[in-house]
Amino acid sequence: MEDTEQATYRLETGQGAQATLTLKGRLDHDGTASLWRPCMRELRALRPKQLTVQVGQVEYCDGAGIALLMEIQRIQADSGGRAEIRDLRPQFRQLMALFEIDHQVLPPKPLGPLANAIHNIGRWAAGLFFDFTAQVSFIGEICVKLLKTLFHPASLRRSDTFLMAEKAGVNAVGITALLGFLIGLILAFQSAAAMQKFGAEIFVADLVAIALFRELGPLITALVLASRSGSAFAAELGTMKVNEEVDALVTMGLDPVQFLVLPRLIAAVCMLPLLTMFNLLFGLIGCGVVMTTWDVPISTYIERVSEAATLGDVVGGLAKTFVFGTLIAGIGCLRGLQTGTGPSAVGDSATRAVVSGIIAIVVADGIFAVVYYFLGI
Amino acid sequence: MADQPIVQVKDLAVGYGSTVILKDINFDVRAGEILTILGGSGSGKSTLLKHMIGLHRPLSGSIVIDGTDIVTAQGQQWLDVLRKIGVAYQSGALFGSMTILSNVALVLEEFTDLPREAIEVIAQMKLKAVGLQAAAYKMPSELSGGMRKRAAIARALALDPKILFLDEPSAGLDPITSAQLDELVLELSRSLGITFVIVTHELPSIFAVADRAIMVDRESKTIVADGRPKDLRDKSEHPMVRQFFNRRLEKVDA
Repeated sequence: MEDTEQATYRLETGQGAQATLTLKGRLDHDGTASLWRPCMRELRALRPKQLTVQVGQVEYCDGAGIALLMEIQRIQADSGGRAEIRDLRPQFRQLMALFEIDHQVLPPKPLGPLANAIHNIGRWAAGLFFDFTAQVSFIGEICVKLLKTLFHPASLRRSDTFLMAEKAGVNAVGITALLGFLIGLILAFQSAAAMQKFGAEIFVADLVAIALFRELGPLITALVLASRSGSAFAAELGTMKVNEEVDALVTMGLDPVQFLVLPRLIAAVCMLPLLTMFNLLFGLIGCGVVMTTWDVPISTYIERVSEAATLGDVVGGLAKTFVFGTLIAGIGCLRGLQTGTGPSAVGDSATRAVVSGIIAIVVADGIFAVVYYFLGI
Repeated sequence: MADQPIVQVKDLAVGYGSTVILKDINFDVRAGEILTILGGSGSGKSTLLKHMIGLHRPLSGSIVIDGTDIVTAQGQQWLDVLRKIGVAYQSGALFGSMTILSNVALVLEEFTDLPREAIEVIAQMKLKAVGLQAAAYKMPSELSGGMRKRAAIARALALDPKILFLDEPSAGLDPITSAQLDELVLELSRSLGITFVIVTHELPSIFAVADRAIMVDRESKTIVADGRPKDLRDKSEHPMVRQFFNRRLEKVDA
């Protein structure tokens, strides 16, 4: 910047209620920022009837400077006085003409607290209702189309289904196995503390096996799928919705549910039981590692596990995963197709998919627990 | 002052990896001038613009903006250059989670010490200059395409830049909105003396606003024409340039 003279101001009172404000130097963003507050404070305190703003020595003025002049005029108008800007150089006068605003647009008034609360409750209730109806109709749609696909298997996009199975299933083997291993290990360690007091270490195998087969294995694997693939489905379909790809499918006569949702649903339903098996296997291995450190022979451990867990436990656990898989994929796809507009829409859909997916899994698991209890499984 | 080059591009070569998109690019932009960069689809004109605003590193060459080479500039020097330029992107690139006013106010809040009320006034001024003051508290998603582009220009104007880069400002707009935008560019250029670098291929707006046009070509990967739009249309020896300006398909025989 060339020979900068700092922006300064001087407010002098004249005869009567007159005053002169002299501005000098560079009224750029920095200069204006330095004198805005003190200048406005003095002016507000003085409240002159007639203010002359002498700007002949302003050597540079940009948008900020113009804003300053306008604010001075506004303050004067508010306090019932007048302001006259003198000797503004012609090039700055043009700037002023371009930027001059006669009034500030005010932000829209927010609702009062009570009105706001009522507004929110109404919105929330309506949202809940519409969400519920959307879910019911979506479930119905999926059922009908699944049936159709059952009778016409050729209508299923097979390559897409396999691709989804690879993404949601094969690529998740590592993390599922790792989680299973660690859960088995942790469970064994935690229960050992109590069991060792009775010299009953060997029964740790019972505890871990039953807990894993009946509850933890399916549940943890489902949570992994929900957070990994449920969100991915929602984001993928959401992006397609935003890009008008879903609309393109519709106008081409292709049904988005048939084309996009079914491959994902079928892939998820087929993959979740398999993943759960991996999870269980590595859970048992994790437990086995702990057992061997207590000098329990491997063969004894395996025998104990096969004695403790019945086929009913294993099948009962795996049966749940079919339902979990349906819920995760269905909810993920539904949230994706519900994506609105705007930059955060896709992210919101993914979040909602994971949240409602997890809630659905836990609720379904609770229902299974009650049903199994009465069936005596 | 008016003839002083404010942007100097020297021996610039741009591309991605080993693919050269443009090479031997040499031109100046004089202060206060409205320069348009033309070229067919895929000719690399947007790429050239992205290099001029420092988003991408060139393969070689230098880009000097108001005395600073932005290829080598770092730290404070780099930030100083950024304060001299404003960029309005093709689709507006307004932040969707903020009101139009907050979009304009953002850089003012981040880079100046101005009090809140001053920022408010300045932001409203800039919006008024592009004719959008009434939409100050609307969200970008509530605006039409043309309004979004004007809002993007207001945001680019926030810190009173010396140079404004516009990427395809009239693409996808109807002729009337497009003409209004041209008028806005001319007005800003006249009253604020801002230098404009505009990437476009809209013929009417080129003739309406441009003092000078340079044209890049995909085949020869460099500048094939440089001059006043009217002269290029009528006098250029390059058949492709004439075709472009006359919007004609001629058989170009070797």
